[in-house]
Amino acid sequence: MDGHALSSPGSLPPDLMIPRLFRINKVKKEVPGVFTWHMTSLDGAPLVYKPGQFNMLYLFGVGEVPISISGDCRDPTKLVHTIRAAGSVTKAMAKLQAGAVIGVRGPFGRPWPVEEVYGSDILFVTGTIGLAPLRPLILEILHQRDKFGKVVICYGSRGTGDILFEEDLHTWRGRFDTNVHVTVHSAPAGYRGRVGSVAAAVRIAKIDGESTQAFVCRSETMTRPAVDALHERGITSDRIWVTLERNMKCGVGLCGHCQFGPTYMCKDGPVYRFDQIQDLFSVREI
Amino acid sequence: MKIEGLGPLVAEHPFFAGMDPAALEIVVGCCANVVFKPGAFLYRQGEPAEKFYLIRDGMVAIEIYVPGRPPIAMETIESGEIIGWSWLMPPYKWGNDARAADTVRAISIDGACLRGKMEKDRVLGYEIYKRFMPIMARRLSQSRLRIVELATEPSGE
Repeated sequence: MDGHALSSPGSLPPDLMIPRLFRINKVKKEVPGVFTWHMTSLDGAPLVYKPGQFNMLYLFGVGEVPISISGDCRDPTKLVHTIRAAGSVTKAMAKLQAGAVIGVRGPFGRPWPVEEVYGSDILFVTGTIGLAPLRPLILEILHQRDKFGKVVICYGSRGTGDILFEEDLHTWRGRFDTNVHVTVHSAPAGYRGRVGSVAAAVRIAKIDGESTQAFVCRSETMTRPAVDALHERGITSDRIWVTLERNMKCGVGLCGHCQFGPTYMCKDGPVYRFDQIQDLFSVREI
Repeated sequence: MKIEGLGPLVAEHPFFAGMDPAALEIVVGCCANVVFKPGAFLYRQGEPAEKFYLIRDGMVAIEIYVPGRPPIAMETIESGEIIGWSWLMPPYKWGNDARAADTVRAISIDGACLRGKMEKDRVLGYEIYKRFMPIMARRLSQSRLRIVELATEPSGE
């Protein structure tokens, strides 16, 4: 496998700089500081996307931010974004109620590979908000469950009160064909689950490293230790997929804000095969 | 009926994988088979650290006592792992609590007994330290990384 192909200009939407209007139909508070918008377009047209892609969400008069899509790509009429209130724009977004209208540009970026990993065991490694960009891929792989071997999800959160998509995790854990390991950094005494790092969960996951493709969605700081744990399990860098993010602005590799070494993350990322990007992980000040 | 000693159980635990049989025989002399019911303490903070445990089955929570608040579980140890190294170094007191999260089957190893044997047999001592050090280093590294994660990823509160 040579990694997935770069996006071609021909596959891009016709006018990338003009936002489409979407109405927020539902706001769901997920965990402290994190909320999910369920939206539909005002023009009635679907927004077709692939797992791992992101949109530029525009809160008029405030600003525009890149946010990964967290919904099920099988239903492109419903757009779902899960957002952490971290900066000025997302904190303003957190105040919006159902009925509000925002601007959406996208989808942008290279998606997670799906067809390329048919036949493999699948291991997801993620934590906190990182589950949101992986959720469309998990859903898609479960839609096509018979095309994959084992499916294992390793998820870590700070505590028992901020486990993102807890209902989904329960649902996935309840399947006979999926293993879910949830770890928390700390817990009240008497908690019956696993406490520790996600890497510890990776070490005990029942997988065959030689036939596994791993999908990592963690902060850049925590990606490296996750990759180290995967290497210990025999998963080589050419079978590890990671995400990277920088200051994405235009979404199509024109403005250069998200340039990272030789790549533009908005266009060549945010999904990368680790062996194609690993050298940049050790370069400081990029 | 053939009654087997603890030797096979100790030998099959990953902590002692590949250990010289003669050295293993010395270790087995300090071992006992133990079971903890859910909620039972393997050890408690401040008490003399006299043993360590090879976990065969079940999960153990490492807890920190917090005055005026319920204890906090900081890490869990599972089947195939070991718990307890305070017996290796002065003042030989536990630095935290360890409590069975569910039914735990383990081999306990008498630390004072093993320390005595390690003093007499430095090769054995070196072998035991070689097996403990990577585990201690990995857990320290993981703890540091968790601090980094907590410091760099906003809590949302």
